[in-house]
Amino acid sequence: MKQPKQIDAVIVGGGPAGLAAAVALFDHGIENIIILEREAQLGGILRQCIHDGFGLTRFSQTLSGPEYAQRFIDAVEKRRIPYLLKASVLEVSADKTVTAATRDGLMQWKAGAVILTMGCRERTRGALAIPGDRPAGVFTAGVVQAYINLYNRMPGKEVVILGSGDIGMIMARRLTLEGAHVLGVFEVQPYPSGLPRNIQQCLLDFDIPLHLSHTVTQIHGKSRLTGVTISQVDDKMQPIPGTETFYPCDTLVLSVGLIPENELTIDAGAVLDSRTKGADVDENYQTSVPGIFAAGNVLHVHDLVDFVSLEAERLAASVAVYLREHQLPCCPIPVIPGDGIGHVIPQHISGQRDVSLSLRVNRPFENAAIVVRQQGRALCRKPLRKIAPAQMLELTVKAQQIAPEQALEVSVE
Amino acid sequence: MTKEFTCIVCPNGCQITAQWDGSRVGEISGALCPRGAAYVSQELTAPKRNIATSVRVQGGVLPLASVRLTAPIPKEAIFPALQQIQQLTLTAPVEAGTVILRGLLGYDSDVIVTRGCEKA
Ligand SMILES: Cc1cc2nc3c(=O)[nH]c(=O)nc-3n(C[C@H](O)[C@H](O)[C@H](O)COP(=O)(O)OP(=O)(O)OC[C@H]3O[C@@H](n4cnc5c(N)ncnc54)[C@H](O)[C@@H]3O)c2cc1C
Ligand code: SF4
Repeated sequence: MKQPKQIDAVIVGGGPAGLAAAVALFDHGIENIIILEREAQLGGILRQCIHDGFGLTRFSQTLSGPEYAQRFIDAVEKRRIPYLLKASVLEVSADKTVTAATRDGLMQWKAGAVILTMGCRERTRGALAIPGDRPAGVFTAGVVQAYINLYNRMPGKEVVILGSGDIGMIMARRLTLEGAHVLGVFEVQPYPSGLPRNIQQCLLDFDIPLHLSHTVTQIHGKSRLTGVTISQVDDKMQPIPGTETFYPCDTLVLSVGLIPENELTIDAGAVLDSRTKGADVDENYQTSVPGIFAAGNVLHVHDLVDFVSLEAERLAASVAVYLREHQLPCCPIPVIPGDGIGHVIPQHISGQRDVSLSLRVNRPFENAAIVVRQQGRALCRKPLRKIAPAQMLELTVKAQQIAPEQALEVSVE
Repeated sequence: MTKEFTCIVCPNGCQITAQWDGSRVGEISGALCPRGAAYVSQELTAPKRNIATSVRVQGGVLPLASVRLTAPIPKEAIFPALQQIQQLTLTAPVEAGTVILRGLLGYDSDVIVTRGCEKA
């Protein structure tokens, strides 16, 4: 292998997070950078999300996924920011050496900063442990999306969808539009895990039933799926005996959640947060390894790409400071998720500047407020009529409100 | 009569309650912005939707280009519209942004390519 190339920043992953980070870094004057992407195109998962609804907050117009991605790809091209396709990053070390398998063999960079934007992957049947054989016809929603939207292949005709995540609901509509019959969407939780607008426009619009507190308890079929048994579950999510119903179908689509893709992050020695399954970061999106940063779905699962782009741009602003001054302000104040909160990003702050917190609640609430407190003193309060775990929320805490050295606790009241 | 809606215009998905006497929309509550009221009136009088689908491409690196409509069409026209779009075939290269069908089914809505397809 050749000598590692010296470079200011390596961006691992050319999805919306990586693209936005690269463009913003360049605009902050950091031009010696490269994007490494393992696929044959830039754009990440958005390439296969052909439905509209992207970019409403950013561009005040509703775009499809590929169009949203293209705006950022165009911005990268216009600035002539270097990128390498079919370049799979194999290792990021704590001293910020990045190793990738490329079409020209193994390549290495010695970077001033490494930006992790690898996105996430889908949970599969293995993560669920449904009893039964392993016939053909069981797919994750993202795979079905790629089949239909990229390769022109229909997975089947009679479809059951497990999990009410947004991608599952969007695929319920897509399959219906393409002529399949969707028997229903079954969700083990007592509330939907996707956004209300998708329940309306993807399920109700097409009379697709949504069954809450239900799950698949048996898969039938030897070589091809012939049906599934669905049971109702109790409030501890255990199947209730006697509620089993057989649904004949040739396709089962799993939309049971996304997990940040963090093998590289772990190998680099960065600490992960057990709630987000992504890196533990400070207000600069810096991980516990100095000079290694993370944003987008690799940090925590987003439902709106608009927020992904914003987060990556905030990251880029910090990386530019880090590269110029070789350090960032110390962030000793922990931010702790309290009652009703699933997770909060960032996990540490400096208290020196205004900070924007991204969070999710862990169950639905009505007429409640998200409150940030320091030793009982309220710093900020955001009242909300309805809050569901499907929605990521952002709120800003002003620097002048924050006292030094005390933890911030965020909770639903 | 009181009617309940989930606004689909933006990801907030406001739950909107509206009074409806069968021909006119009365008081509306629950919308965070004025687009909610416009959406509800449209739902009560003539509901419209946009659609996204794909069109076959010959000689491309992928077999499909993706498309959407430039403006929403009446809900009941969705399946007829899809039938018409599925009859189209394009030849690579296809560029994003190209209008491939004007005035779909006579509505003021065009079919536009959202993800193009390079020549194989
Ligand atoms: C199947 C699926 C469907 C989705 N649908 C929607 C939707 O409809 N609407 C919506 O708003 N959001 C959707 N999302 C969420 C969407 O992923 C985010 O909004 C956004 O795309 C996240 O951007 P990202 O850049 O963080 O990740 P991604 O878009 O996933 O991009 C990550 C990129 O990193 C690359 N990469 C990963 N590991 C390596 C490596 N080791 N070396 C080199 N490159 C690497 C990947 O190839 C990929 O291109 C969906 C997610 C999934 C998984
Ligand atoms: S009423 Fe306004 S804010 Fe609420 S969902 Fe509709 S468009 Fe969004």
